[in-house]
Amino acid sequence: MKKSILFNFTVDKQNKKIKVERSFNAPLDLVWKAWTESEVLDQWWAPKPWRAETKSMDFKEGGQWHYAMIGPDGEKQWCLHDFKSVESKKSFSGLDAFCDKHANINNTKPRAFWNNVFNDHSNSTIVNIEISFDEPENLETIIAMGFKEGFAMGLENLDHYLSSH
Amino acid sequence: MRRDIFQAIADPTRRGIVMLLAAHNMTPNAIAAHFDSSRQAVSKHIKILMECDLLHQQQQGREIYYHLNAKKMQEVEKWLEQFKSLLAKRFNQLDEVLTQLKSNEK
Repeated sequence: MKKSILFNFTVDKQNKKIKVERSFNAPLDLVWKAWTESEVLDQWWAPKPWRAETKSMDFKEGGQWHYAMIGPDGEKQWCLHDFKSVESKKSFSGLDAFCDKHANINNTKPRAFWNNVFNDHSNSTIVNIEISFDEPENLETIIAMGFKEGFAMGLENLDHYLSSH
Repeated sequence: MRRDIFQAIADPTRRGIVMLLAAHNMTPNAIAAHFDSSRQAVSKHIKILMECDLLHQQQQGREIYYHLNAKKMQEVEKWLEQFKSLLAKRFNQLDEVLTQLKSNEK
């Protein structure tokens, strides 16, 4: 029997946080692997038709994930994730950013802090994600940008892609 | 002067005013009565909210009433919806990857 998927998305405007809860029908080991190994991340992190391509990944405290989001016309957005904490198979956190191909961070997008907690439920795993912004106005800024850059890139393409399949 | 809506709602007093007006239309005096700050300070916040098109005013008899421009407020909600749908799609992709990984393990 296929278990139903849990997906909660709540916004804590007071504390400038976005809280996401999502269940995955796979054991913790596998879900952890999918979130922390670049070969697997490259397969799902970018919304289609975009794809993610890792340049380097050093998954540990103080390490970095340097990757590009590549669009259908070959356009590239370089991204960086600075890992702040790692507790194996339990949680990890980090700060995201836009950067160039040499991993030099730029400030075109406010940095968001991601804290991901993994909870084992025998054959399924629940991941709790908290996305927060250290600068008090960053949630607003990122919203004000309309998410034109970054995550939303290709969203329209994506809708088109999904509806044509 | 046009202001940025998000700068406008970053201030707690202005957020408070928006919350009050979400319930019903109010006169400037009625709004000011809810805050410790001076009437003048509250007027300034109202002015900023007006400038970014979050509030509209309406003359009713001798009184001016402020009300929320709901359309403007929806911009924030719209972004959040987009972000939510992005995550939803990303995680659906992960579901597929996990299914694949599971079948590889067998």
